[in-house]
Formats: sequence, C-alpha cells, structure tokens
Amino acid sequence: MIAMQATTGRATDAAASPVPAFMTRDVCVFYGQKQALTNVSLDIHRNQVTSLIGPSGCGKSTYLRCLNRMNDIIDGCRVTGSILLDGQDIYSGSMDVVHLRARVGMVFQKPNPFPKSIFENVAYGPRIHGIAKDKTELEAIVHNSLEKAGLLAEVKDRMDQPGTGLSGGQQQRLCIARAIAVQPEVILMDEPCSALDPIATARIEELIDELREHFAIVIVTHSMQQAARVSQRTGFFHLGILVETGDTEQIFTNPRDKRTQDYITGRFG
Amino acid sequence: MSNSANGAALPRAAGLGSIFDARQQVSEAVSAGLKRRYAREKRFRLYGMLATLFAVAVLGILLFTIIRTGLPAFTQTMIKLSVTLYPQEIDPKGDRDPQTLSSADYQRLVRDALDDYFPDVTSRNDRRELFAMISPGATYVIRSMVIADPSLIGKRIEIEVPLKDDIDQFAKGKIDSEADQANRRVSDKQIGWYQRLVDRDLIVSRFNTTLFTAGDSRSPELAGIWGAVVGSFWTMSLTLLMSFPLAVGAAVYLEEFAPKNRWTDVIEVNINNLAAVPSIVFGLLGLAVFIGFFGVPRSSPMVGALVLTLMTLPIIIIASRAALKSVPPSIREAALGVGASKMQATLHHVLPLAMPGMLTGTILGMAHALGETAPLLMIGMVAFIVDVPSGPLSSATVMPVQIYLWSDAPERAFIERASAAIMVLLGFLTVMNLLAVALRKRFEKRW
Repeated sequence: MIAMQATTGRATDAAASPVPAFMTRDVCVFYGQKQALTNVSLDIHRNQVTSLIGPSGCGKSTYLRCLNRMNDIIDGCRVTGSILLDGQDIYSGSMDVVHLRARVGMVFQKPNPFPKSIFENVAYGPRIHGIAKDKTELEAIVHNSLEKAGLLAEVKDRMDQPGTGLSGGQQQRLCIARAIAVQPEVILMDEPCSALDPIATARIEELIDELREHFAIVIVTHSMQQAARVSQRTGFFHLGILVETGDTEQIFTNPRDKRTQDYITGRFG
Repeated sequence: MSNSANGAALPRAAGLGSIFDARQQVSEAVSAGLKRRYAREKRFRLYGMLATLFAVAVLGILLFTIIRTGLPAFTQTMIKLSVTLYPQEIDPKGDRDPQTLSSADYQRLVRDALDDYFPDVTSRNDRRELFAMISPGATYVIRSMVIADPSLIGKRIEIEVPLKDDIDQFAKGKIDSEADQANRRVSDKQIGWYQRLVDRDLIVSRFNTTLFTAGDSRSPELAGIWGAVVGSFWTMSLTLLMSFPLAVGAAVYLEEFAPKNRWTDVIEVNINNLAAVPSIVFGLLGLAVFIGFFGVPRSSPMVGALVLTLMTLPIIIIASRAALKSVPPSIREAALGVGASKMQATLHHVLPLAMPGMLTGTILGMAHALGETAPLLMIGMVAFIVDVPSGPLSSATVMPVQIYLWSDAPERAFIERASAAIMVLLGFLTVMNLLAVALRKRFEKRW
C-alpha cells in the first residue's frame, strides 16, 4: 500500500481544458504531526462540477477546506504545496484571506443560516464587502441570489422572518443564495445534502446543475449516485491521497485504479 | 450465535435448545431482580424528595424568621403633639431670617407641648425621663415645617412625631412590662405615661417612611436604608461599568482570538483560581493598592466598585467564555465562509448569540457583588455614615454592610431594621435573578 502511494499519489489531472479556476499541485496538509493529505494535485475547471468522493476520513473535506483557507481556523493545521486561484497562490502573502473567501464561497454540510431574517442572511455578504451602493441595489442582489438559488418564490412574502425557521432543504438553498450573493468564482460544497431528505436533495442537485453555468463548483459527497448525477469530473480520495481523477463517466464506468473500482462497486468504504 | 446455529459440528436441535435455555435464564434473572430494582429506584426518588423538602423547609424557616423579625420595622409608633410656635421663641426679631429660623430652640417647643399633656410631672428627673420618650427627630420635624412655611409662626400646629425607639419597642410588645425595671430600657413611670397617652388616643402607628428615606442614624427611629441603597447603587453601577466591558473583552479575546498555548492555559487557570479567592483578600488588596497606592478616597463607592470589579471579573469571564463556547462553530464558519473577517464574524454573529449568556453571568456576578460584605469592611465602607452619598467619591456604605452594622448594634430596634433591610436586599436580589432568567428566555435564539 505504501509503495503504491508513492506512484499513484501523484495522479495528476491530464484533461487540459481552458485555464482552470484552481490549479493545485502537491498539496500536503498536516494536523500537528499527523499528515492528512499527501501530494494532491488537482485542477478545478470553470463551469464544471467537480465531485470529490472517498471513504470517511480520506481527506476530501480537508482538501476542500484548503481551497478557501478554512483550515486556517484550525489550530496546528499546516498546508504545503501550491494552490493557485487564477494563477495566484492563495497561501502567499499577496492573497488576503478575506478577499479569497469572497471569491471562493462555501456551503457546509449542515445548513447554517444566521439566526437572522432571510433577507439579512443573503444581504450579509454583500453588505460587509460593500458591494451594493444603496438599499435598492442590495435588494436587487438579494432577490437575484434567492432567485438563482431557487428559493425566491417560496420566501418572497416572508423575507423578514428568521432564516432558521425554514425547512432543512430551504435552509440549505438559503445558504447557497448567501454564498452566491457575493458573486464568487468558485463554490465549495461540503456534503451539502447529507442532512436532507431525498426530495430536498433532488432540488439541490438540480440547482447545482443550474449554477454550473456561472460558477466552478466543487462538491464533496458520500453518495456515489450523487457524484455520478451532478458532476462532470470526479476525484477519488483514499487515505489522504488522490487516487484517481478523471471524467465522471470514466471513473464510474472504467476506473483505472483497483481501489477506485473496489470503492465504487461497494467493496469497501 | 449464528455460528453455533450454522455450525456443522453441533446438532441443530441442541444448539437451539441451549439458546432457549439461555433465554430462559436471562428472563428469570430479569424478573427476579426487577422488584429490587424498582424498590431501589423508589428509594432513590424518596431521598431526592426528602432532600428537596429539607432545602425548601430551611429556606422557608429562614424567610419566616426574617419576615417576622423585620415586619415591625415597617411601622413606627408616633405621638400626636399639639405644638404652639411661639414667635418669641423662634424668631424674636421677627425678620424671618432663615439663619435664625434654623437655629431656634425647637426642643423647647416640644417640651412645652409635652408639659401641656402632663402638668403633674414636675420634678427635674421625671421631666427628663418624660422628654426622653420622644425622638430627637421631633425637633427636626418642626424645624423643617417652619423653614418651609414661616407663616406658621405664632400658630398652633398638630403634628405626629416619632417616639423614641425603646417606647416604640414597648408599644410593639417587644419589652416585657412584668420584668424587673432595672432589666428593661423603659421605666415604670414611662409605661404609666405611655398608657395615659394611649388612653387619650394620642398614640398612633404609622408606616415607617423614615426607613426608606433616611440615612443611618444613632437613633433607630431616625435610621433608614436610603443611604445604603444609594451607596449600593453607586457601587453597583461603577462595578458594572468596569467589570462588564473588561470581562467581555477578556472572554472574547481568550475564546476567539488568543492562540491556544501554554500562556493562555496559565491565564485560564489563574482566572479560574481568581474566582475561588476568599473575598476578604480582595479587600486587603484594595486597601493596599487602590487606597494606599493610588489614593482613591477611603470608603467611597469608587474604591468599593474597584474591589468588587476584581471580584466579579473572573465570574463574568468564566460565564462569558462558556456562552461563547456554546455558540456553534457552524455560525463562525458561515460568517467566515462569506468572507467576514475574524472580527466581523465575532462582532456580528458570535457576540450577539453569546450575549444572553454573558448578561446572565453578569447579572449573577452583580447579585453576588451586591451581597458582598467582607472586602468592603477592609476599605472603610463599614464606617458610620449619616449622609446619603452624593456621588462616587463621597463616603458611603452599602446594604449588606448596613445590615452587618445594624445587627451588631445594641438597640433592639436596630435588629428589626436589620431584618427589614435584609428583606429589601433579598427583594433586589430576586429582581436581579428574575431579570437574568427573563433575559435568557427573551434572547435565547435557536439555531
């Protein structure tokens, strides 16, 4: 296994479509002494959904959280390698973390709306970044974002009610609206449907497919069906290494690596 | 189990039989022990109930004794006097000069009024005893009336003035008239005069407004808690003003911004230990540092507040940190995820959510400080202070110290006033605790 890591850990992304949004090379992550990710190299393309699959604890969430430096808030976390957003190293001194997170939005596993009104939830991002010039512009952004998140019809009569009062699926779409309100280039989704019922999940999946038109999307998921349904490209993580990446269709029909095949056929994980 | 059932070595029936046997055994064991288990549970519940009953009973007894002792303090026995305001006594020159009016001999007028009631009391000693039945406050009452309305001079006014505390206690039945005269503070003659006054309908019992409007006094019938209430108000306000921002700042820094390393561990341990330091030590510290070194006026609400701030600081910090910890990390992540800076995430989202917990902790800390006596003894707030404090730097005392002073006093009447002050203090504490509960209920947000 260790010997294999050395060879397959460097599985790089061969498909070279126009300039990728994210170009990551040899990313290693350490929590204190423990190494969580080893030499991950992966490209994230625009207008595509990239799904990251793998068994629990394989490092896919860790990798995702490197992309907007969410790992910064974890004590003792250290990242090496290069992560380039439009050619700019996000861990270099010239990239401000606040600016980065405005460009790379995130949707979390558990819907986490602010305990404020629906309007305030979506308006928060544009407001702190000073994107809207006045109130009408802010309202336009909020409406637009809710519309894109497919939530506007359901909430337009109760914008001043708490976002926490919505159903789980609505809350998650509210979180997506909140993320897209700041017009990011990339949206990271960390198992966005794991706390939702199948109907709400289907809505989110539809939404992801629509959002692909405007954003690059990276989604971590435990559901291989979901990965197959929503993504164009897939990366398979195992024990902290990126085992295989490729077009989703190829990964699910014709995996090159034995471990990938074992995983997608349900033999482990 | 599936192994034995499928195992080729074991006959199928025997395997199943042993499972049945085992189940039988388990079921028997369960039913055998069931009764004992329930009995134990019942006993446990009984112990809990007894403990609760005991606690409630003790609290009930405490409240009952306090109220029974303190309730009489809310009334004061008064005597109706008919005082003639002789112009030649008050204002011989007739120019109504305020200086003259305030320094006139009103005591004489009171004595004249008493002489009218008891023309038969003539000997010097008897008259002294007779006059001793009336509070020195009587003269103040007349003086303030005259100064407020000089046109009263020359008229005859009907007033009610307080009786001396001993007579008041006798009127309330606290002094046994059967006891030997030498062992009580009211003489037989005074009892006789009192009875005559009662017979002539000149004794009335009134609500004791003095208790709520006056500062401390040597005479119990003139003493009130207002001075202590105002002193407590200043002390508490300053304590809140200093401890709340400091504690919240410290808690936010330690919880949200400080790196987790050995230094912050040391600080945390020290803060926790600070909460367990005996309060008198804070008093000694205040005496040495605030009064001795910085020269803050002794026995002022300012120095009291500084000492109490040191004392409540760790309590509020600990409560605030717990409140911050209870804010789910998902809220921080949500804010950081849309690009809020660390400070924005904290100020816009975490702090508002933690605020109810912080306020609850603060109110409980303040309630703790409001009832604190020991450290204030060290910094001179135990002094006998008659005036109602006018500001944070004037001499003052606080309610618990006032209670301490009164319960230490030899006069019986102070004992009931101490209990009355305890009732008022308990009232304040109850209100503060209710406020804490209300805040928690009102601002509790679900996420």
